[in-house]
Amino acid sequence: MARADTFASDRAHLAGLTDAELEARFWQLAQEIVDPLVELGRTHTSPSIERSVLMRMGVDSLTCAAVVSACERRGLLGHGAGHVVWHCGTTWGVPVPEAARRLAAGDGWDMVEEKWGGAR
Amino acid sequence: MSAEAPRPGHVVMPPLDPNEKLDVLALLEGLADYRPRRRGWHWREPVADQRLGAFTYKETSNGLAHSVPLPAARSFGGIDPQPDCVVTTEIASGRFEDDVRRMRMAAWHGADHMMVIRTAGQSHIDGLLEGTPEGVGGVAITRKQVRATRRALDLIEDEVGRPINFHSYVSGVAGPEIAVMFAEEGVNGAHQDPQYNVLYRNINMYRSFIDAAVAKHIMASVRMAQIDGAHNANATAIEAWKVMPELLVQHAINSAFSMAVGMPREDICLSTVPPDAAPAPCMRLDLPYAIALRDLFAGFKMRAQQNTRYMESDGREATVAHTMNLMISRLTSADIQSTITPDEGRNVPWHYNTVAAVDTARQSLVGMDGLRERVKVDHEAPELKARVREIKERAVLFLEAMVREGGYFAAVEAAYFVDSGEYPETHDDGIARHAAGGVAAGTVVVRAADYMAPVCHHFGVNHLPEGCGEGAGAAEASAGALKPCALIGGCTLCDPEKVPFIDELDPEDNVNVRLAETAELREKGLLTPEVQWAGDGIVVVTMLLPAAERVAEFAALELGRAMNLLDCEVIHKQVMHPAEGTLIEMKGRLDVVVDPATLVIPEKHEPLSDEEIRAFVGERHLKVVAATVGNDEHSVGMREILDIKHGGLERWGIDSEYLGTSVPVEKVLDAAIEHAAQAVLISTIITHNEIHRLNMEKLADLALEKGVRDKLLLISGGTQVTDELAREWGMDAGFGRGAKGIDVASFIVKALRERET
Repeated sequence: MARADTFASDRAHLAGLTDAELEARFWQLAQEIVDPLVELGRTHTSPSIERSVLMRMGVDSLTCAAVVSACERRGLLGHGAGHVVWHCGTTWGVPVPEAARRLAAGDGWDMVEEKWGGAR
Repeated sequence: MSAEAPRPGHVVMPPLDPNEKLDVLALLEGLADYRPRRRGWHWREPVADQRLGAFTYKETSNGLAHSVPLPAARSFGGIDPQPDCVVTTEIASGRFEDDVRRMRMAAWHGADHMMVIRTAGQSHIDGLLEGTPEGVGGVAITRKQVRATRRALDLIEDEVGRPINFHSYVSGVAGPEIAVMFAEEGVNGAHQDPQYNVLYRNINMYRSFIDAAVAKHIMASVRMAQIDGAHNANATAIEAWKVMPELLVQHAINSAFSMAVGMPREDICLSTVPPDAAPAPCMRLDLPYAIALRDLFAGFKMRAQQNTRYMESDGREATVAHTMNLMISRLTSADIQSTITPDEGRNVPWHYNTVAAVDTARQSLVGMDGLRERVKVDHEAPELKARVREIKERAVLFLEAMVREGGYFAAVEAAYFVDSGEYPETHDDGIARHAAGGVAAGTVVVRAADYMAPVCHHFGVNHLPEGCGEGAGAAEASAGALKPCALIGGCTLCDPEKVPFIDELDPEDNVNVRLAETAELREKGLLTPEVQWAGDGIVVVTMLLPAAERVAEFAALELGRAMNLLDCEVIHKQVMHPAEGTLIEMKGRLDVVVDPATLVIPEKHEPLSDEEIRAFVGERHLKVVAATVGNDEHSVGMREILDIKHGGLERWGIDSEYLGTSVPVEKVLDAAIEHAAQAVLISTIITHNEIHRLNMEKLADLALEKGVRDKLLLISGGTQVTDELAREWGMDAGFGRGAKGIDVASFIVKALRERET
C-alpha cells in the first residue's frame, strides 16, 4: 500500500526519547524480530545443514548428497543424517566415510529402518 | 608467517621471486595434500605516529616488504605508507588461474582482502560444486579452486610481507556446506546474510534463516569475518537517498541474528555504501547516514564499500565518486575499505582497473591521513544533528511496523523491503516474497527428539550421548565433557587430515583444458596483450573523433577494423560537443603475439638518486657548455635539461653556460675549453640531409684535434636522437624523447666517477 510520508506525526512517541533511549529501542525491536528466527534455526534442520554435518564427519560432497537425499526420501532428516551414518558405522564397525559410502550405494537401510521405522 | 607446513606427500612450493611469474601449474600439484596454515581474519597492525620519509603519519599500519608505491612516490623517496584499514579488491574473472596473478598485482598495490565473486547461479545450486569449471561473472566456488587460491595467497602474502584475507560468499541454498568448506580451507571472510537470499535470490525464507544459523555458527568457530548484504538494497533502490532507514533495519536484523547464534560482535562487518553520487549533493546527503549508522552500531566493524548504483561507463567519473566515498570513510570510520573498479560500469573488471581502484583507495586514504585532526564533522550543527536523529527514528518506526505486522516473514510478505519511499513513506514497489514460496521451499524439517549430529560447532538442538558437550565446540569440551566429535574420533574442524578432496568431475570444463589452450604462450614465453585472461589479446584504443556521437561510434568501429582489431566494441563514449566531437574508448582483440627473445632491447640506464648526484657535484663544481647546433632555433628541449625549474642540471648545482640556438660546433667547443667545462651538450633535430650526424661527427673530430677529447663528455640530445646512433657518431651519450635532467646528470656523474677510478 502506497503511503505519503507520515513521519512528522508517526514520530510523536519517539520525540521524547534521548538518543541513548532511541538506540536502546532500536536494538530491543531488532532482538524481538530475530528471536523467533533464531528459535527456528535451533529447532529445525535442512538438507544443506545435514550435508554440512556429514562433511564435518569427513564424508566427500558427492556421498553427502546421496546419503542426505536418501534420508530425505525416507523421512529421516529430523533424526540427523549424521546420526544415521554414525549408527550404521558403529553397527558395522567401520569408519564414518566408509559407512557413508555403503549407505550411498544403497546398503544398510534395513538397519536404519529397524531403528527408526519404515520409509514415510 | 611460516612457510607451508610439511606434510607427508605434500609438495612445498618455493617462495615467490619478484622477477618470476607465479607458476600456476605448480600451484595445482599436490593440492590434495595442501592444508591452510592459519584461519580467521587478519586486521592490519596500526603504527602510531609512523615516520616515513619526511613525514609523520597518524593513520597508517606496518609497511610492506615488496610493493609498487604510488607514482608520485618518486618525489618522496619512494615511500609507500599503508593505510590503517584493510583494503579490499573484488577479483573474479571466471578463471581462478588468471585471478591469482591479478591478486598478486593487487597485493603489490596494497590490497589485503581478496574478495572472490561467485559464478552466476551458484546460489541456487543445492550442494557443493567440485573441480574447476569456468564461471560467468565470477568463479565457481569449489574446494579445489578455493584451495589453489589460498595456496597462491600464502605465497603472495609472504612475498609482500602482510597476511592476505581471502573472502567469498556463504549464501544461497548451500550456505552451511560452503561455510564448512571455507572453515576447512582457511577462507578468512565471507558474505553471509539470509536477507540477501530472500530478497535478491528468492530462496525460501525459512530455509534461508535456518541454514544461516548453522552457517554463521561455523564461521564464528574459525573467527571468519562476516560481511552483510545491506549494500544490495542501495544498489537496487530506485532513489538511493531514500533507502537509509531500511539499510539500518537490514544491518540490525543480520547483526542481531548473527550474535544470537554465536558470532562475536567484532567479527560482524556492516557493508555500508554512501548511497548517493553527484550531481546529487551526495556528501551532504550521505554523511548523516554514515554517522547514524556508526552511532547505532558501535563495536561492530565498518566495511565501507564504494557506490555502484550510479556508475556509468566513465572511469573518471567513477574514480571521483569513489574518492568522495573515501572522504566519508576518513571523516567517519572504516575498518575495511572496499573498492569498486572504475570499469565496473562497462565490463567485468580488468587487471589494471583492479589495480587502479586499489590505488585510488591507497592514495586517498594516505592523502587524508590525520585529516580529522584538522577537519572535524560538527556533530552539533543543527541541520546535521536533526537529520541523524531523523534517520534513526525512521528506522525505529520501520522496526515497530515489522513487529506490528507479525515479524520478519510477515513484513517481507507485505513488501516492506527495497521500497523506493523513505520509510514511513512507501511507494508500494518493494520486493514481496511468500513464506511458503521461493527456491527450496518445504525442505526444512523439525529436529526430532533424538536429533543428533556428532560434530563440533553445530548450532541448535543436538541430543548427544551423555558426557559429550552439547552442540558445542572445543571451548565447552575442555570444561570436562568430551567434544561432540569424540563420538567419531574427530571431525574435520578438529582434524584437518580428515578433509576429503575431490579433484575434477568434468573432463571438458576444467583448468587443465583451459591451461592447455595457452600452453604455447606460457612455454615459449610469447606475449600478447591481456586484460583478464592469459592470451585474451584485448586492447583499448582511445580516440577523439570530430563528429556527433552516433557517427563517431560507427566510424570508430571502422577504424578498429583498419587497425586489424577483431571483435571491436565501443565501451565508452562521451560527447564533447554535439557537433564538434565525441570521445570514444573502444576495445578490440589483437591476434598477434611477440616473442621477447627476438626483441632488441637497449640497455636501460637507471638514474642515480638526487642525494648521490648532489654529493658528487658538491665537491667538484661541475660545469657544462650547452647549445642548439646547426640551423635550429629550438631551445625548449635544452632548457628543460638545464633549468632548475624543469628539474634540470642546475637542480644539483651543475653550472651551465647556454650559448643559444644555431650555434656552430666550433664555437661550442671553444666555449667548453674556455670555461674548463666537463661536458658539452648539443641539441639537434634530425634532418633529411644528415646535418645532425655531421654535427656530432664534427664535434668529436674537433675535440680530438684540439686534444680535449678525453677531458670532455660529449652529449647530444633531441627528440629523435638515440643513444646508439649518438655513440656511433662519436658522442659519449645520446638522449631522446622523454629524457629528463636527472638522466643526463646521472650519466655525467657516472662517467666522471668512472674516469676518477
